[in-house]
Amino acid sequence: MNARELFIQAIYLAASVLFILGLKSLSHPDKARLGMQQAALGMVLAIVGTLFNHEIIRFDLIGAALILGTVIGYPLGMFVPMTAMPQRIAISHMFGALAATLVGVAEYHGHTGPVPRYIMAALGFEVLFGALTVTGSFMAFGKLQEFITGKPVTYRGQNTVNISLFGVAVLMFVFLIARPESSVVFFAMIGLALLLGVFMVLPIGGADMPVVVSLLNSYAGLASAATGFAIQNNVLIICGALDGASGFLLSVLMSKAMNRSFSNVLFGAFGQTAPALAAGPGAKDLTVRSVSAEDAAIQMAYAGQVIVVPGYGMAVAQAQHVVRELADVLEKRGVTVKYAIHPVAGRMPGHMNVLLAEANVPYDRLYDMEEINSEFERADVALVIGANDVVNPAARSDPQSPIYGMPILDADKSKGVIVLKRSMNPGFAGIENNLFYAPNTSMLFGDAKSSLTRLVTEVKAL
Amino acid sequence: MTSIIELYVFVLAAFVGFQVITRVPPLLHTPLMSATNAISGISLVGSLVLAGASRDSLSNWLGFIAVTAATINVVGGFLITDRMLKMFRRDEKPPPGPAARKAVPPGETAR
Repeated sequence: MNARELFIQAIYLAASVLFILGLKSLSHPDKARLGMQQAALGMVLAIVGTLFNHEIIRFDLIGAALILGTVIGYPLGMFVPMTAMPQRIAISHMFGALAATLVGVAEYHGHTGPVPRYIMAALGFEVLFGALTVTGSFMAFGKLQEFITGKPVTYRGQNTVNISLFGVAVLMFVFLIARPESSVVFFAMIGLALLLGVFMVLPIGGADMPVVVSLLNSYAGLASAATGFAIQNNVLIICGALDGASGFLLSVLMSKAMNRSFSNVLFGAFGQTAPALAAGPGAKDLTVRSVSAEDAAIQMAYAGQVIVVPGYGMAVAQAQHVVRELADVLEKRGVTVKYAIHPVAGRMPGHMNVLLAEANVPYDRLYDMEEINSEFERADVALVIGANDVVNPAARSDPQSPIYGMPILDADKSKGVIVLKRSMNPGFAGIENNLFYAPNTSMLFGDAKSSLTRLVTEVKAL
Repeated sequence: MTSIIELYVFVLAAFVGFQVITRVPPLLHTPLMSATNAISGISLVGSLVLAGASRDSLSNWLGFIAVTAATINVVGGFLITDRMLKMFRRDEKPPPGPAARKAVPPGETAR
């Protein structure tokens, strides 16, 4: 190893350490920002270090690509609204996987002489998972951006088709390890993986997106770790492993929070089976109590403690700022306001936290499910904003319910429940929610944002 | 032999990743995703060489696209992570309820 290479490797090592420290800093919101800025420094170091590579002889394309990437990346970083964060994250998985896949293709194409078997194994894994993630993430992006229907798209024999396609892709992969020179199979496998990505995400509905987005995160990471194996670069292996571990961990957490297995999310097509069971026992004979904004405002203004339960509906209505306004006027009257965040509320892990933080809600008011659930009993009002399945008591009590066993926020245990909802249409999963019929529940119908605005006015007027 | 060492690196890094990321509270899961996205832009170490090496022009152009895609993630990813983390702030007033709140590791939250 000559001096130049040693220098580059030292920089890569430093960058790896900075990345790990950056992720470690995310364990506390106060230290996180500085830690991530150090990680960004690590990235700059790694890029500059790479430019010293003796193989690089032309800088025109590099310069152009770096500029083009910055021009596209800057607005994606600075101007995308927080409500659009899930699709923003999904599309960035696509970019990451695209980069890994193209490196794999170029390495395969440009390899002088026969490709050794273990390099072939790494390249095959890289392009297989990379290509699948490219189209899968694009589909997830489309569904979240709503130019592709957010409802699960299913057809008879769908799982058989998907599993067979995946089986064929794996067979091609094995064949390639045996015969690395068969470039036709290599490119056919990429084509198949691209198709598989589309098919895999088609049956997945909006509420399952947190799992899928995390899973794609993991795949993108594994693809870049495989790139590291293929081009024998340790920093790439380390970052790929970190990324893969993070995505995997998040998808496990999200699945657990929905009490469902991975395979159930990927092959279950939730929304399909639900309508059959939707007519829950007795739900139809119960009446819904509707409430005026004025009465709801009185109920909250004279409460000791109000717990806000935000859901995807809050994000859709972009109501987070008004929520904060309402909390302000209530706090001025001496009411304690807390926020209960379910792990799968929204369309991505941590979605609600980011939105509320954007609206200047201090993070120490945001409580995780485990921390807050015992508090509901002591709360006078639980204010449910555009959340549905995560507060459905059927998950605790009704073994017939598709969401039975899912850990939920015990909003129904508080003395009073006020639900802000557009109409009585069942939520995403199409499951009837008995919370809406409970005697201590009152419904305030209408768009979440305008309902909240009315509540603010009413509380102020008291 | 090198491939075995690489396997070591991978397994140990994945282990460190699990340890570190288990400690990230659910509060910061979205910034965590955007952060790992930004860091995954490290694939630049591969694509930069492709775009600038004296191989055939197809490799160069594939490298060009790969560098562009990875740079989008690096620039956009670090900027948006910073933008989000900037928003998370503590209350000036003492927090309500039991004072001794600590960040619960996510592994314990989703039981």
